[in-house]
Amino acid sequence: MNINMTLIGQTIAFAIFVWFCIKYVWPPISNALHERQKKIADGLDAASRASRDLELAQEKAEATLRDSKEQASQILEQAHKRSSQMIEEAREQARAEGERLVASARAEIEQEINRAKDELRAQVSTLAVTGAERVLEASIDEKAHRKLLDKLAAEL
Amino acid sequence: MAAGNEVTATYYIQHHLQNLTFGYHPQNGWSLASTSAEATEMGFWAIHLDTMGWSIAMGALFIWLFRKAGRMATTGVPGGLQNAVEMVVEFIENLTRSAFHGRNPVIAPLALTLFMWILLMNTLKIIPVDYFPELFARLGVEYMKIVPTTDPNATLGMALGVFFLIIYYSIKVKGAGGFAKELSLTPFNHWALIPFNLVLEVIGLLVKPLGLGLRLFGNMFAGEVIFILIALLPFWAIWLLDVPWAIFHILVVTLQAFIFTVLSIVYLSAAHEHH
Repeated sequence: MNINMTLIGQTIAFAIFVWFCIKYVWPPISNALHERQKKIADGLDAASRASRDLELAQEKAEATLRDSKEQASQILEQAHKRSSQMIEEAREQARAEGERLVASARAEIEQEINRAKDELRAQVSTLAVTGAERVLEASIDEKAHRKLLDKLAAEL
Repeated sequence: MAAGNEVTATYYIQHHLQNLTFGYHPQNGWSLASTSAEATEMGFWAIHLDTMGWSIAMGALFIWLFRKAGRMATTGVPGGLQNAVEMVVEFIENLTRSAFHGRNPVIAPLALTLFMWILLMNTLKIIPVDYFPELFARLGVEYMKIVPTTDPNATLGMALGVFFLIIYYSIKVKGAGGFAKELSLTPFNHWALIPFNLVLEVIGLLVKPLGLGLRLFGNMFAGEVIFILIALLPFWAIWLLDVPWAIFHILVVTLQAFIFTVLSIVYLSAAHEHH
């Protein structure tokens, strides 16, 4: 219980501990604390910003959906119109084609008829000559009567 | 029987309240005091080895613990030790912010050191009073008083440290002239009353560290004496009084550390203010 050197010793120890605390103990803990505080504040900030962004995005998505629905119905309508138009066109084309086919068939038939006529004519002339030869039994001067016979054939 | 008991009881109490003193004795030279009378005869040039040893051990424990937490400190999710340390640091930071008006990066770490150091030293009191004296007696050491804050040297030593800081900051903030003016011209601003003011202010100034140190010492010493008295009861009755007193002391230990810290902050805050 006597006051002695311990007083001074304690004061010195106190000074050393305080110095050490100021220099090495306080800064890292205090820094960590404040940094974490900042981090949490930033986190909360970011969260509120994100929720606002989400709201905006939802609104945008809704608008886009509405637009696209409208566009789709427009496209559908156009497609309907176009398909009926195409059917009409196809019908028209088919009719024209049919007509053309009929016409060409008719022309071919005509041609065929003509050719058959020609052939018939030639055969008839030969047949006539042969017949005449048989009838006359005389030789007809082919050279003399050829012209005549051709003329006959042409008349048939 | 009764008289014999009284002598042993007195001896027991005195023995438990005697520090392990090393110093220069007029007859024995540099030695450990073997009786309290010898310790008194050593005068001022002696040192309490137990007080110094235990207080430095507690201070080192505080520094080691907090340095460890600081080294591992992350800004992410804190672990157990870091959590506890941060709680104390935050508590001190808030305390400093509310009690200290002004800006000084020294005050908060100073308060932390005071609070944790005193808290740890006071906590030694919870250890039963006979454990360490008995252990050291077996090792051949006569006296061992393990609670440094029951030694007025320790509490007044810390108060002296705070006092030096009060003087330092008073002069630093107000200048030597400003400080002298404050001492001599308050509370009565008249030249004729300068001596009166001076006496008043100097006493006021000196009472600060004295009160700081003696308050802590008084509380701790009284508590210690009662622990020792309880220890004199028959062994089967000790716990009846010892346990409630120890539980009560959990409060006292914390409260006294807190009061010392808060008053130091307040005094230093006053030292920073102009009047």
